[in-house]
This record gives sequence, structure tokens and C-alpha cells, in this order.
Amino acid sequence: MNLTLTGLKKISSDFLGWSTSVSHRVLVCAGTGCLVNGSLKVYNEFVKAIGDSGLNALVELKKEEDEGVFVSKTGCQGFCQIGPLVTILPEGIFYTKVKPEDVPEIVETTIRKGAVVERLLYVEPDTQKICHKKEEIPFYQKQRRFVLNNCGAIDPEDIREYIAKGGYGQAVRACTEMTSEDICELIFASGLRGRGGGGFPSGRKWDAARRETNDKKYVICNGDEGDPGAFMDMGIMEGNPHSVIEGMIIAARGIDADEGYIYVRAEYPLAVKRLRKAIEDAYRMGLLGKDLFGSGHTFNLTVMEGAGAFVCGEETALIASIEGKRGMPSPKPPYPSQSGLWGKPTIINNVETLSQVPLVLAIGPDGYRKMGTKDSPGTKTFALTGHVANSGLIEMPFGSTLREIIYGVAGGMTSDTGKAVSDGFKAVQIGGPSGGCLTRDHLDLPIDFDSLKGVGAMVGSGGLVVMNKNTCMVSVARFFMQFTQHESCGKCVLCREGTKQMLALLDDIIEGRATMETLDLLEDLAAAVQKGSLCGLGKTAPNPVLSTMKHFRDEYVSHVRDKRCPTGKCKALVRLTIDEDLCKGCTLCAAKCPVGAISGEKGKPHRIDQSICRKCYICVEVCKFNAIKGD
Amino acid sequence: MNGTFVLIDNKEIPIENEQNLLELIRKARIDLPTFCYHSELSIYGACRLCMVQVEGMGLVPACSTPPANEMKVSTNTEEIRKMRRIIVELLLANHSQNCPTCQKSTTCQLQALARRLGITKIRFRNQLKEVPLDESSPSIVRDPNKCVLCGDCVRICSEVQSVGAIDFAYRGAQTVVIPSFGKALDKVECVNCGQCVRVCPTGALTPRSEVDEVWNAIHDPSKIVVAQVAPAVRVAIGEMFGLPPGTTTTGQIAAALRAVGFDRIYDTSFTADLTVLEESSEFIKRVTAGDRIPQFTSCCPAWVKFVEQYYPEFVDHLSSCRSPQQMFGALAKEMLSSELGVNREDIVVVSIMPCTAKKFEAKRPEFESDGVRDVDHVLTTQEFGRMIDEAGLHFKELGPESFHLPFGFKTGAGVIFGNSGGVSEAVLRYVSEKLTGQKHDAYEFTSVRGEEGIREAKLSVAGKEFTLAVVSGLGNARKALEMIRSGAAHYDFVEVMACPGGCVGGAGQPVFSDTAVRRKRTRGIYENDRMLELHKSQDNPYITELYQNVLGDVGSPKAHKLLHTSYRTRKRIFDEDVDISAGGEKSVDVSVCFGTSCFLKGSQKLLRDILVHIRSNGIGARVNVKASFCFEKCDKGPTIKVGNRIIEGCTIEKAIEAIKREGVDLAEEVRQDA
Amino acid sequence: METMRKFERICEIVDGNQRSAARLIPILQAVQAEYRYLPEEILTFVATSLGISPARVFGVATFYSLFTLKPKGKYLIRVCNGTACHVKGSMNLYGTIVKKLALREGEDSTHDMLFTVETVNCLGACGLAPAMVINDTVYGQLTPERVSDIIDEIVLKEAQNEPDTHGA
Repeated sequence: MNLTLTGLKKISSDFLGWSTSVSHRVLVCAGTGCLVNGSLKVYNEFVKAIGDSGLNALVELKKEEDEGVFVSKTGCQGFCQIGPLVTILPEGIFYTKVKPEDVPEIVETTIRKGAVVERLLYVEPDTQKICHKKEEIPFYQKQRRFVLNNCGAIDPEDIREYIAKGGYGQAVRACTEMTSEDICELIFASGLRGRGGGGFPSGRKWDAARRETNDKKYVICNGDEGDPGAFMDMGIMEGNPHSVIEGMIIAARGIDADEGYIYVRAEYPLAVKRLRKAIEDAYRMGLLGKDLFGSGHTFNLTVMEGAGAFVCGEETALIASIEGKRGMPSPKPPYPSQSGLWGKPTIINNVETLSQVPLVLAIGPDGYRKMGTKDSPGTKTFALTGHVANSGLIEMPFGSTLREIIYGVAGGMTSDTGKAVSDGFKAVQIGGPSGGCLTRDHLDLPIDFDSLKGVGAMVGSGGLVVMNKNTCMVSVARFFMQFTQHESCGKCVLCREGTKQMLALLDDIIEGRATMETLDLLEDLAAAVQKGSLCGLGKTAPNPVLSTMKHFRDEYVSHVRDKRCPTGKCKALVRLTIDEDLCKGCTLCAAKCPVGAISGEKGKPHRIDQSICRKCYICVEVCKFNAIKGD
Repeated sequence: MNGTFVLIDNKEIPIENEQNLLELIRKARIDLPTFCYHSELSIYGACRLCMVQVEGMGLVPACSTPPANEMKVSTNTEEIRKMRRIIVELLLANHSQNCPTCQKSTTCQLQALARRLGITKIRFRNQLKEVPLDESSPSIVRDPNKCVLCGDCVRICSEVQSVGAIDFAYRGAQTVVIPSFGKALDKVECVNCGQCVRVCPTGALTPRSEVDEVWNAIHDPSKIVVAQVAPAVRVAIGEMFGLPPGTTTTGQIAAALRAVGFDRIYDTSFTADLTVLEESSEFIKRVTAGDRIPQFTSCCPAWVKFVEQYYPEFVDHLSSCRSPQQMFGALAKEMLSSELGVNREDIVVVSIMPCTAKKFEAKRPEFESDGVRDVDHVLTTQEFGRMIDEAGLHFKELGPESFHLPFGFKTGAGVIFGNSGGVSEAVLRYVSEKLTGQKHDAYEFTSVRGEEGIREAKLSVAGKEFTLAVVSGLGNARKALEMIRSGAAHYDFVEVMACPGGCVGGAGQPVFSDTAVRRKRTRGIYENDRMLELHKSQDNPYITELYQNVLGDVGSPKAHKLLHTSYRTRKRIFDEDVDISAGGEKSVDVSVCFGTSCFLKGSQKLLRDILVHIRSNGIGARVNVKASFCFEKCDKGPTIKVGNRIIEGCTIEKAIEAIKREGVDLAEEVRQDA
Repeated sequence: METMRKFERICEIVDGNQRSAARLIPILQAVQAEYRYLPEEILTFVATSLGISPARVFGVATFYSLFTLKPKGKYLIRVCNGTACHVKGSMNLYGTIVKKLALREGEDSTHDMLFTVETVNCLGACGLAPAMVINDTVYGQLTPERVSDIIDEIVLKEAQNEPDTHGA
């Protein structure tokens, strides 16, 4: 029996009818962040406490006449630092930092009596405003949650809830009402661009694969999100896996493919689990498999777990990995749309791109183009971290500015210790190890694919690291270089040897061995690696170096010429000195110094011989009087 | 594609059949540097040296960019020059710095490129972490400190030879090319063909040199040092001294051998003639009896090892003839020791071979009698060239000299062994006369000549139809064997040479990367044949004499002892067994073979059945069960070993019986329990 | 009996993946789930049964960072060094653990094979930086003191020989 539109509508109305019939619904966030904070215990506690209280606790829908309180787990809601998060419906009360011991009180006060547990509500740090609902919190208020809309609002493990939200309706439409040409045209008209990095127009990519005449084609979802500090795709795969599947069904129909893979990085076990469950449920309902919705089209889908290689985010490397080989990229052309998996035409789209697809179909190209900018329509998710008050998973329309993000959503800058500071902004690293840095000059730049390219950065996958004034930009460049160097597949000379030498040159700079020639050599080398590397990883690896060198050249020069780190973060360049006023002459530091750099008589202030000191900081650690400081 | 062209450095170059810009640029007579591009291999795109500027596309690698009409290409912009320099500097900064003492010095492409680009200083810090050399193999030395990771060796080993003994391992800056699990090369499935050595642009893979040992022998007055020179050497060695490929230098080789100090100078082509008689007789006998057809040639030791480890069921299809090198060794030691009245061990046989696998062959245990090797040392063409250099001889100017008799006299049939198809043709020259009993003037069988990796020829001799296959390259050999196995092809005689094109393209030959060089050598060999007086092995008067005086008839016991051998199946990889279940003290060892052949024949089910038997009979404490990797009885699998007994064609019943025979019996256990 | 079961399991894994070389990565993942590392002789067996060269299997096994050819400790501690965790001092945590376990340069496992420590790129728990995982349990918002306590708890539990709850 194939599922039809009518069938979907029945599932939807059943679910809606039932969910409005329950007295309350408890949504416990079960994204990776909240799970780490113990949300599973909170969930279990709710099931137990509601049962104990005599209320009817439901963990899943059994029959239509079920009533009582329905407890579900949701995907990530983005604001992990205040988790575990619990939402009580229908009121929409939003509790933060919920511990298992808070649960009986919530059940008693909110569910039974309809009152609010004040101490668990979110308080806006600046204004001390108490927020009852999620929408009142500035972090959420200032976002435009489009693709993340259902993440956190639905149970990702319950396919019926996705269907009740209109899910799979567009898949039915694509399979039964549209030709492959229609689909590619519609996607092209919407201006949807790949969210994985380069921003290539998805419609063009699909159309190229559609035009290939081959009886076998593949659709691959790239969930190998590997940028350190980026977890947008994880949020979607965990929070709304069916949107990815629906996007893939539509894509497959668009290029006439009958088989697909979702390649998920191995560090995301929960995403893998939820996707597998979602696929299983979709098969059971006839949303995957043969003769979809009676259209005659087939689509089979498998999850493939990565094994720990950042480079597999590159599409040709990802294909090699699915084929059971070392994940080494191969030269393009041929492009995957001509010759991809097993030499067949293949399209590879990122998770976020695919989960946008059903939404694009639903609101149409014109509706979609109302969000974002002319050449970058729609929204983009970002993983916001660094020296800001609020970090987490956010979504903004293209064209938003850094200022809106940092001072709006993120609640402003903080110091190294997390205290709010009014004027701490130094730079933002956007796009992770492939991206570049943006400075004060770019605070009001509307962010989109092209504007960022124009200033030497890129959207990349969407990592957004905000850095305060105490951040050493050379060290930032070094951190990302170390990452790409470690993740280079080792195939092409420029990336393998080039990143290694760039890292060595950065070490020279940070450790005081560099000359001004080092800077020239670093720039030359970076340019060669950027232009000459085989794949995107290598081509973008020098970006953090080049952009920090461009915007913060004086910091580099200071490290090299003056042997000084302006932020005092580079240990090797710090001069350790003993404050004569604070030193009591206890001799402890001299005794502990492994190289004998400290001398002085007992009871009198000691001194450090700079020519011997190796900056191990042991003296700083052992001094009981805080007398030893670096400058 | 008529009338299409690409503008290369402002010159119109017509597009003919070129698949990529690199070939087009080379056609324009511009030598674009590259390490990882070989017309024989897949496109890899890793060295980044062939980057060119294409208008509208920016910098692209020429090797993987298809040409398009009116494309504008620049090969020498400032940006490109800068990038090439940086690439070479980066490689040198991770490279062993002992160029003058490197075997590849002067033929190393990295060295040549550094010179060409005028690199006098490496701006990057040397970050090489020295690792030990792998000198385990008798044929090949692997020096990872000189590897540029171009992957040519990996691809030729897997794509062309279908062996895959080496591959990339680890990642990023730690990447190495290494045999599986970092084992020594002589412990893995390497067949010693040395094609990896041939394509290696640097000194990372080189033939293992025996030059020092040969000098020592030459300078030892108590030794008679005897040289044999393989056919393919004579058309290639001249390349090391500025002669064009394919130039025949037999006379100069003889002169050089004498000058260097060899006592006796012979030609392996003589024993090639002898091989023709022995192998043809074997063929006639086998084909008449329908016994082990197709018959495979066994001249190529890499091919022999390939069959031994991958196709055990075909091992006895190999001709039992020793290769010409080994026939020579056995004969020389036997005959010269009595002729000269010296001990066998004082005769040192040195082969000059185009091949690295011959070094392995000479060390096989089969080719030794009374602790004395038949062939003591094998020099590659390259090594011999270096000896000539070291002796200060002007090779080109040496007056031609001749070989000693009798083993220095050959027919053209013995010389064409150097080409793929040569053995087949030589055999045909014999068989066609032998079976018809008539003498023919014509001697060329051009149907077996050519360049394709698998060539078939159907011939009718004396009313009999024969199908021959001539194969070169082990990947092609695998294809042919699979076709034979599946019944898709039927052949009576199959000649296989491991190296594409045969011995002229061997890994011991002077370094070449252009396949045109190999073609010129091939032509040189056939010209050689034409220039010789005799063309058929059976016409070689010294062969006739040899049979009359020494061997008796073709295929006689004496001939058999000296000229034949037998081959065996062998493990691909040396390693430990997998312990499946350990019994207590005094347990019986039961090892089940999981080698490919036994695996296919059901060893997995057998192991399961044995385990079930052990478990259900409660004798787990009395039996050690292991999965092993080859008892080298592959043709009779599945094989198990119980105690010291090997049981072939094993079934669960046979296994239970054998375990019982070792004293482990259910009944006994029950008695003890009671 | 344990190894017998394991070997049978390996045969099942190979069969369950249709002895297809394309399934090499899932096969290696399953083998590692069974042995907690990839033993050399098992990889040779896998290569043989898939009809590919052992060098290729070795190449794949060493390419991906989640595969390990060395046995790992009973407790595998993976400290996240993604951007967020790095900024919040994850390397201090790593240093604390290395010191606490008295590991020398180049060592990643304790001699009693109770602990192995390594870093990992990003666990996706950036909101709770710095984070680490011990076997399957994620710990967030860590301090060196807390890490030290966690290790002490495990050591204590092991010393008391309690049934293992962390082990895979």
C-alpha cells in the first residue's frame, strides 16, 4: 500500500486531534548539549513524577482517546548554555537549567495548578527582565528561525509530528505533480545556494546532474560537518531528521536518482541514531522505497557513518569514503554531477541546504526570496561561540550584520572570564578553518556569500567565533592552521607540505624566532597553497593566515620585530619579571626553577635572568605572593 | 574535433586525440614538469607541478583539464614559476639531503627539476624525520626518506600489476607509502617486478644493488667469474651512454665485460634457445595428452610468484622449465667446473638482467645444489652501466668483441625473448617444424607481435589448431586467468611477462618514462633477430652439441635435473594466526586455513562446524583452535592442520576424525567426568 | 570462548556486508566495536575475504582517525579540542589528565590499560565547553579539578572491583 496525500492528511489530523486533546505537553530538549547536562534524567523524572502524581503520563500516542500529559524529547534548541531546556505546552512556559529535582515542583505547580516556577525562568542579564516564553528571550527574538523552526518544537523521533506540521507534503507534490525539470527550475528560481561552504547555486548543480543521461544516479547528503566549533547540521539532523529526508526525496526526483546516502560524521552518534530511526519510520510508512505515492518513482536511502576525517566534507573525498577508500579528494573535472559515486552522476548537498528544500517548495521561490539578500536569499544557521554572553545555534536571514548578531542575539561581548564588557570586540572568525576574520570595520557589513568573499572571508559552514580584545590573532591563525594541517589528507604537495611549513613559520613567529622575511615567505607560501592545492580544504587553509595578516599585520610585526605579543598571550614572548615590592625573598621560585634562571638572597627580592628563562611559568605557579608577572 | 585548437603560449596547437592539456603542451614541445602523471596510469593530480594559467579559469592542473577549442593557456607566468619553486622547495624540505650518494643521482626527477628551476636555497626548514630503509627484499630497496608521495608506485602496482603490495597509509604529513602493516617488502605479496622502481621519480624505490659483491668476486683471484647477458640488455644499456634507445650494443657489452674483469662472457640467449627446445617439447607432449592445458611460460619470475600466490590451481600449468637465467646457472656450474677443474663454489655466475625479479629468482631455494647457488649475483642493466662508469670505460667507443663459446652462440629465437611475444614466437618457430617435419625459410610469426596487453593468435600447424595468448603486465595476466577460469577463453599456450612490453620494459633497464623508449627497444630486438645468421633455436649447432655431449635427449633425466624445476603455492603475507579458542595445557592445535582459496572453498563454514562440535562435546579445554592463513596446499582446500597433520579437502567428518585421532574424544571426556 | 564468539562475529560482519569491498569502512567500524581496536590478523582476514590487498585495508584503517590499531584502555577519554572548547582551555584539561595519569611523552595509555587519553576535533557540545567524553558518557563545563575528581572516581570504582558500567 503506497501512502498518498490523503493518507498523510489522515495521519496529520489524527495527530493534531490527539495532541490538542491532551491537557499538557512537556517538551524536554534532548539535543547533544542538553543531554550532556542531564536532560535524559529530567525526561525520565517527568515521566515518573507525572505518573506518581496521578496524572496520565504519555510517552507516545497509543489510541485516539488517550488523554493526560504527553512528554516528549526534542532536538537541539540552540541555547545550550542554559540547558536542560523544558517547554510546557499549551502555555509555552520555557524553563531553563532544569534539574531532575526541579521536576516534581514543575509538575505540581505548572501542570497541576497552572502557575509558574519563577526561579527556573530565563532572566535577561542586562535588564533583569524575566522571560516566560521562549519568544520573549532576546536570543530567540532577534533570530529568524526558518529551517530551525521545528528543531526543538517537535519530537524528532515521531514521524507523525513532522507530518502534522505539513511534512512530506512537498515530497508528494514533487513526486506526483512535478517533472524533474520543474523541480530544478523551481530551485534555481528560488536562488537557493549550497550552505556547505562555497554557496554554489543548488538549482544549477541539480540541473547539471538531471541533464546527464544515465540509468543510475545518486543523491548524497553531506553531514560530515567537521569545522571545529560548528554544529548547525548536527542540530538539524538531531532535531528534524525528516526534513533532510524529505529534501532528499525531492532532490532525487529532481535529478531522477533512485538511491541516496546520508554521510554523517562519526562524532555525531545521536544524529546517526535519529536519522536511522527516521529512515526506518519513513520506509514503514511508504515514504521511502518503491513506487513512492504511486508515482512509480523509487528512492532508497542509507546512512553511512564517517570514521573521523575532516577532509571527507569535500565531495570527491566523501565519495571515495562511501566507496570504501581512503578519503582523498580527486581532481575536478570530472565533477560529481557527471561522474560521482561509482562513476555515476551524483549530487552532493549539505544537510542545511537539503532541509531548506521542502520549505522552498512550500513557500515558493518568491516567498523564499523575501528573506535574505538578492543574490543570497533565505536564512543561514550559525554556530555562535567565543567571548559573547549567549552562545549557541542561531539562524539569521542573509544580509544581517555582525552587529545585529553580536549585540543582539549574542547579548554583547564578554571578558575572558565571561563577564560582560561594553567595548571588547576585536574580531570574528567566520567560516571556521576555511574562513577569514572580520573586524570592527565589518560590523555593519550585510553578511552574505558574496559580501564575505569580497573581504577575504567566507560563509563556510557557518562557524562564528567572536573574539575580544585580549585575543592574539597570530595564535588564532595558528590554531586553525594546526587544525587544517592535522586534517590534510596528504595527497597534494601544497597542502601536505605547505600547511606543515606554514605552521612551522607561525610557530617561529609566536616563539620569537621569526624575522621580517618570515612574514614575506609565509605570505608567498599561503598564496601558493591557496591557488595551487587540489581541493577546497587546501585552497582555503591559508585563509585564516592571510586574513589575519591583512587585518592585523601590526600584531604580526610586533611579534616578529619587537618580539612582543600585544595581548601577552604568547608565552614565549612574555618577559617574566619579579615585582620587588611584592617579593618576600622566600626562595621558593629559585628552588623550583628548572633552569636556574632565578637568583637572590633569602629575604630579599629575587631576579630572573632573561637570557636563561625558558618561560615555563613554574615560578608564577609556585609564588605565593603573586610577585611574578609577565609583560 | 576537426579544426579545433588550443593557444599554448600564443601558439596554435591542434587538438587531436589528447585527453588533457598536459599531453597537448608536451606536443607543443614544452616540457611541463610533473611527478604524478603517467600516460599508463590514472590521473592523480597530486604533485601540482603541471599547473598552467587558462584564461577565464585561473590556475589549473594541466593533467586533469580537458582541452577545449580556443582555450588560451600560459605555461610560464610569474605566478606559475613562483609556485613551482615553492613546490620543489617544499619537497626538498622534507627530503633526504644525500643526493650525491643516492642511487638515483643524475636520473632523479626532483634533482633535475631543482636544477632546472635554479633553486639554490631552500627557504623552509628541513622537517624530515629520518626513518630506516627497507632492505629486506632481494630486488628492491625502499627509502621512505626520499619519497615525494606522487603515488606512481602505488598506482602501477595496483592498476597495472593488480598486486597492491604497497599503498598509502596514515594521513596528512604522516602519509607514507608502505606495505601492509608496515611489514618488510619481502614478507608481503610483492612479486619483485620492480615496476614501482621504474616509475619512481626519485630514489625512494631503487633496485637492490649487488655491484659491490660482483667487484669483490672479480677481484678475488680464486674465483672464476662468469657473466651471462640477457637479450633485452643489449638494446638498452647504450641509453646510459648517450646512444638512442634500441641501439644494439652486443659487441660493446662483451668488450666491457672483459675490460671490467669477467673471466667468461656468455649470452643468456643461448639458454633461451635451450628453453625453446625443452618448453616446446613439454608443450607438444602436454597438448597431445591434453594434460594441464593451457601451458604457461615460466621465464618470468614475477609472473611465477604471482601464480604461486594468487592462482594455486594453475601452478602446475606453469612449464616446468627453468628460466634461461637459471638454466644457464645450472649448466655453467656443472660444465665449467669439470671443464676447468675447479670447485663449483669457485665459479661465480653473474647475470646482467633487465629485471629486478631475477634477483629474487636467483635466491629461490630451488636453484641451489649442495649449498651452492646456480646464479650467484644478478646485476640490472643499470648496475652494469655503473660498473662500466666506475671502470672509466668509454662505452660508445669500445671496439666490439664477441662472447665465449659455446654459451655465447645464439639464434634470433633466443634474442627475441626480450620482447613480449618473443617466447611464443620462438616456440612457434620450433613447433611448426617439429610437427610438420619440414624446414621453412620464413621464420617470423608477426601475429604474436604487438603492443596490446593481451594478444590472441590462432595458428594451424600440421593440421592442428592452436590458440595462443601473449600477455604482458600482471593486471592483464589476472584478466586472462579469470577468463580461463570462467571458461570465457580457451588457450593452449599462454606467454606471460610481468612487465608491460616484456623484458625490454623491465625495471632494471635504464630509467625511462616515455613509452616510446620501450617501443624503440622492441624494434631493436627484432632488428637484432634479422641481423643474426640463424633464427630458430633448433638450428643452433651448439645446442645440438650440448644435447649430444652432455644432456642426451630433449627431456632426458639429466636435462630434467639441470633444466627443470617445480613450483609451489605460497602465502601472500607472513603473519600470525588468529587464536579462536585456547584450550588448556597439552591441547591439540587445530588450525583452519583462511587463505583465499580455502576461504572460497568453505573454510568459514568448516570452522563454525568445528567450533560447534567442540562446544557441544565440551572438549573446549582440550583443543586450541586457530584461523591460519595458508598451508600452501591451496589447490586441495579447504585445508586444516590437526597437530602436525595436514588434512586436505577437509570436511567436518574428516576434522572430527582427525581430532579424535589426536586423542581428544567425547567418549574419553565422558569417562573422565564419570 | 570469548575469542571464538568474536571470530564468529567477524565472519558475520563480513557476510552481513555482502563481502563487498565498498563496505570496508562499516566493516572496520563493526570490527572495532567488537575488539575495541583493529587487530592486524583480523584486518588480513578482512582483506582476504573482501578480495582486496591487505595494504589497502591498512591504508584505510590508518587514514581515519577513529580507527585504532593499538588496543585502547578500558576507559577512553577523549578531550574535545574544537574551537569553543579550545578557547575555554581544553588543552589545560588535557594537560591535567596527562599529568594525573603520569603519561610520558608519546604515551597515550596507562600501563595497566585502564585509561587512554586523546583529543577529538569537535563533539558538537560547544555550548558546554570545555567538554570531554569517557567511553560514551559526555561531560561538559569542566574544570581541571572536576576532571581530576572524575578520574579519581573511576580509579576508586575499579579498585573496589565494581561491575563495569562505563565500558563498551
